[in-house]
Amino acid sequence: MTSAALSALLGHWRKHPGQALALILGLAMATALWSGVQAINSEARASYDRAANVMGQNQIARLASHDGQPIALADFVTLRRAGYLVSPVIEGRIGNGPSAFRVVGIDPLTAPLEALPTPITDGRIAFGDLATSDGLLLMSPETATRVTTEGLPQIREIDEIANGIAITDIATAAELLGQENPSYLLVRSDQPQGLPPITDQSLLRYLEPELTSDISRLTDSFHLNLTAFGLLAFVVGLFIVHATIGLAFEQRRATFRTLRAIGLPLNRLVALLAGEMILVALLAGGMGIIIGYLIAAALLPSVAGSLRGLYGAQVSGELAFDPVWALSAMAIALLGAGFASAQALNRVRLMPILAPAQPRAWAMASARAQTIQTGLALVLFGLSAGLAIFGSSLITGFACLAALLIGAALALPVVGGAVLSGLGHLARSAMAQWALADTRQQLPGLSLALMALLLALAANIGVSTMVGSFRATFTGWLDQRLAAELYVNARNETEAALVLGFLEDHADAVLPYASADTRLGGLPAEIYGYSNNDIYRDNWPFLDALPNAWESVESGEAVLINEQLARRQGFSLGDELRLSAGWSLPISGIYSDYGNPSGQAIIGLDSFKARYPDVPILRFAVRVEGDSATALAAALSEATGLPPENAINQVEVKQLSLRIFEQTFLVTGALNVLTLGVAGFAMLTSMLTLTSMRLMQLAPVWALGQTRATLAWFELARIIGLAFFTFVLALPTGLGLAWILLSIVNVEAFGWKLPMLVFPMEWLRLLGLAVLAALISAAWPALRLSRTPPNSLLKLFTNER
Amino acid sequence: MLLSAQDVNKSFSTSEGDVVVLNDASLSLDRGQTLALTGESGSGKSTFLHLIAGLDRPSSGKISLNGQDLSQAKDRDLARMRREEIGLIFQQFNLIPSLTLAQNLAFQARLAGKQDEAWLDHLADTLGLSDLLGRYPEQLSGGQQQRVAIGRALAAKPGLILADEPTGNLDEENAQRVMELLLALVADSGAALLLVTHSTDLAKRLSRRLHLSHGRLAA
Amino acid sequence: MNVKSALTFLMMFAAPAWSQGFAGLGEDAEGFAIPQPEPSFSFPQDHGAHPDYRIEWWYLTANLTGDDGAEYGVQWTLFRSALRPDTAPAVWDGAQIFMGHAGLTTADTHFSAERFGRGSTGQAGVSAQPFAAWIDDWQMTSTATGAQDALSALDLRARGDAFSYDLALSATGPLVFHGQAGYSVKSADGQASYYYSQPFYEVEGVLSLPQGGVSVSGSAWLDREWSSQPLSPDQTGWDWVSLQFDSGDRLMGFALRSETGPVFTSATWIDPEGISTSYPDGALTLSPLETSQVAGREVPTRWRIELPARGLIIETTALNPNSWMETSFEYWEGPIRATGSHTGRGYLEMTGYD
Repeated sequence: MTSAALSALLGHWRKHPGQALALILGLAMATALWSGVQAINSEARASYDRAANVMGQNQIARLASHDGQPIALADFVTLRRAGYLVSPVIEGRIGNGPSAFRVVGIDPLTAPLEALPTPITDGRIAFGDLATSDGLLLMSPETATRVTTEGLPQIREIDEIANGIAITDIATAAELLGQENPSYLLVRSDQPQGLPPITDQSLLRYLEPELTSDISRLTDSFHLNLTAFGLLAFVVGLFIVHATIGLAFEQRRATFRTLRAIGLPLNRLVALLAGEMILVALLAGGMGIIIGYLIAAALLPSVAGSLRGLYGAQVSGELAFDPVWALSAMAIALLGAGFASAQALNRVRLMPILAPAQPRAWAMASARAQTIQTGLALVLFGLSAGLAIFGSSLITGFACLAALLIGAALALPVVGGAVLSGLGHLARSAMAQWALADTRQQLPGLSLALMALLLALAANIGVSTMVGSFRATFTGWLDQRLAAELYVNARNETEAALVLGFLEDHADAVLPYASADTRLGGLPAEIYGYSNNDIYRDNWPFLDALPNAWESVESGEAVLINEQLARRQGFSLGDELRLSAGWSLPISGIYSDYGNPSGQAIIGLDSFKARYPDVPILRFAVRVEGDSATALAAALSEATGLPPENAINQVEVKQLSLRIFEQTFLVTGALNVLTLGVAGFAMLTSMLTLTSMRLMQLAPVWALGQTRATLAWFELARIIGLAFFTFVLALPTGLGLAWILLSIVNVEAFGWKLPMLVFPMEWLRLLGLAVLAALISAAWPALRLSRTPPNSLLKLFTNER
Repeated sequence: MLLSAQDVNKSFSTSEGDVVVLNDASLSLDRGQTLALTGESGSGKSTFLHLIAGLDRPSSGKISLNGQDLSQAKDRDLARMRREEIGLIFQQFNLIPSLTLAQNLAFQARLAGKQDEAWLDHLADTLGLSDLLGRYPEQLSGGQQQRVAIGRALAAKPGLILADEPTGNLDEENAQRVMELLLALVADSGAALLLVTHSTDLAKRLSRRLHLSHGRLAA
Repeated sequence: MNVKSALTFLMMFAAPAWSQGFAGLGEDAEGFAIPQPEPSFSFPQDHGAHPDYRIEWWYLTANLTGDDGAEYGVQWTLFRSALRPDTAPAVWDGAQIFMGHAGLTTADTHFSAERFGRGSTGQAGVSAQPFAAWIDDWQMTSTATGAQDALSALDLRARGDAFSYDLALSATGPLVFHGQAGYSVKSADGQASYYYSQPFYEVEGVLSLPQGGVSVSGSAWLDREWSSQPLSPDQTGWDWVSLQFDSGDRLMGFALRSETGPVFTSATWIDPEGISTSYPDGALTLSPLETSQVAGREVPTRWRIELPARGLIIETTALNPNSWMETSFEYWEGPIRATGSHTGRGYLEMTGYD
């Protein structure tokens, strides 16, 4: 009995292989996008953990020189001989471009335990190995493959070490980097008894552990972004599954009826159907895992690049296969299938044995359901508005987004119905009247697909608006901020004097500046000393400033702060900023500072020198004719021995920054396209779903005197109209999305706000895409319709149901 | 002659081979005439009707309506003819579900561009539908639906009414009423009526009768 | 993870320790100088470091009494280990690695501390003239003046997480040379080291403990030893004792335990004037009387020591049986008291108990 029933049920798929394909592919794609994003996120998280664990940098305080230059070795010895437990680190970069890596030389004899990589603490590597005269470089296998530099010490591959870093003994690092003086000192948290606190000494600057940025906090928003996309894609995919299952149910109603009538127990039937679903889920899940892995592997290098550029986070560009991830992807597939089929299975359970087929009833939503849906949409819009006004975290920002999107999706059929009904009153010809009335009736059946399209379009509009705003604003901001043509960084005071001497003769203006780490408003921040110049007065990207802001800064009477500091501490113009004990200045300007996670303040260089006399002035912004910047840099190098990489052309900096941003948005762009594709597929399957039911709607009109071809054209027109309507709804939704992203999510994540710009050409392009997607999805069903043999239509009129 | 069918053959190909449904069937019908086409289930009566309506094409033979040869006509022309010159009444699924009764009633007339409000009102009145004009088909009983179908078929004042078992789904009482109305209105409008039925009683009420058996027509 | 054991990698030798004697001290001398019999020493140079020998130490133990009447023991040790026998100047890459151990024992508590440093940076080191040995802020600095031997007056300091001390030492007797004029044999195979002591210190100073500071006075003993392969590969550890008897005599004795062979002992008897007599293997016997559970190990904390040639039969008891040094290689080191044919105080060191 069971096998007979099973073959009856499965026969449906044999007869409609397209439906089976839609079901499996829909679920597979949903699973793929979701799990692909998950894979990227978890790979990143693993990398952060590795970085944090291995170096322990987050938990260890440091001592550094006031200007970020290496510390005198004698200072280290002085501190040790005074009894303080500090440990030297020599750090630097080796190689160029993609094969570059950071060498971190630690002193295992004095390093705090948290700073030692695992292979040393568990005894796999002995000090004797590290300290052999040639030295040993410990790096991850991935870093090892990148390295192309010649003449390096022996490399030992250790999995636990974060990418892009080679850990070695300080002696090896000193030799490799040509630097004898420590870059900074690590400070053990518990010092021996009886000593004055190490923060009291003034030889070096004490940096609290939090100052070394917490990578995972910064990158949270990036990953949340990815997750949101994955979720969106999954939901859209579920729409497909739901639609297909619904259709299969309707078409098999007669079969169910027959099976039950001849004695198949209800439980057995439900179990068989559930089993069918599980099989589909397993198959789709398996496909989804493979596709998801491929997507993640393809996107990961870009993600890694973006994260490295944006936050300095080292993320592996290679995707490790994680069985746990695969299992969770399968679980998601099963859950999704279950969720999508629950309604259908329930209907099977409740269906009276001899219920006649009512395809129209399934397609038409009851008035009550419409009311509920409208109510829900309004509630969600209200929630979104509420979260926008009162929310204050990254999570509430994304929740606000989600509420807006889902509200719009729910509102779509209701609004659509209202529009069609209104248009219906205006219709003149019989066919127009019929087409509108018919579309209205068709709407509920198509609404799932249209909702999917709406979500994909809105997401597209939202994200591309955000990206476009980002790009336009950022480019302009860079131009303002990097107003000088050349930026020079001397390595020590002697060199600085040489450089200054040379530049004063050869450049239009030389503007020294310096910075120190400090705490402002209780949080880590940097304070800069700038010498005044027209370029700052004319170009500085102020968001808000008092007149003569720069003049008052130069005279030591005021301070400028960046947007992040202003936002986080609630400062506005005129407020007093406490820069240190007994020293406060009024704020005369707030400027935008995109990309900087910390707060920043600017005072006049003279004030800076007075307050931080120990900080040598080693940096210069140089004004020179635009095209002579490179020549000047070369001449400077030649004359003073300044390494070429210490003189940076502003053009290079801009290119680098922009490249990083582009890479970031490459990822979201790819996900955008994929999501749109999934939505298009959703529409196609819905169209196919409804084809058999369309015949019933179309047959009377055909009989009364229209060719099948004409009716097919009407079908196409109808779909294009619906796509257009969906686009019209998606536009404000997408713009709202962009606004939320820029004004809430980004502000929470980064602390700065970008203005929102609009790009109408982009909208037109997207409209074209939407219509194209609609056309593609409707083309085949329309063609099939125009070729339907009269017999199929005629059967309807006779007593054959 | 309004309608003339000569040596019409129709066969369908099935998995068991070709099935011949009509075998050299011929008939003719003129305005004001009523013809009943009888035969058992599956005898091909409906098929013949479909061919005459231009909804399907014969395998061989000639059908001409108003002097036009259907077998030569293109799809477009067939559709036009259906619109303007034929009124169709089926056993079920006549009405367009998304339109109201009033809209359904007027649909073919509007399609054909021959809308006549007075005539429509008269039809609605005669058919007893005046109170139901705002309803949708799913809200009407079978009998009511068929009455609308009749009205719609006649609304464009076609020369030929083709009815395929119009009372097949109705109970006795409704069936009688519907037939009364149909015959009265057909007589009223002067159209020809070709009625397919398996009921000999019904067939007797029409002026002529042809019997289809094994694909062949006989008087 | 045991924080201290986590640093075991610092044992300069990559291979497991057991095959090279305790703490790898049985490893092959490879290029380093080897002590020869009939040494001649010249001071103050030989008070300093000997980089052509692989391992060396400046080892001070003190028995003190506080002004509160309580007994205390103090240890100050600086070890030097050479990665290779070269003395080329370097900043980070030098061959000399220094390790400092400091201990402070009371009747109820034992404190220990450990430091590591590279000689080449100056974080740790030893200079012979003027004599100073240091690592971080731990110091053993000579305060001798004029023609006095550099080690005859010392300033001694060390600091741990919970304790510190600052002591002044002055010697009331001469340097003493062990074995044959300072050539001290450690096994039947003939492994030897250069070994001399200054056992005649009087001490005054201050101890700083969690409960407060204590002024102390007492006596101290400094060991100086260097070699390149002091143990043979089968020797697993030793028990070493230094004693200052109430009679004014002093004794240094050690027993080297072996996996395969019998115990190898050696002793030096020093009379109150500083005349020393060396006793070869077998003359001194050390017998454990009672063990205690210390740091998860069974360690003998009561011993019988016999040197029949001097009529010495004594029993020693530890001030604090839990005198365990929790350093990267662990051992027992603490003050003891002797009773029996002779009475007095001293220090006991036991290594290689696992």
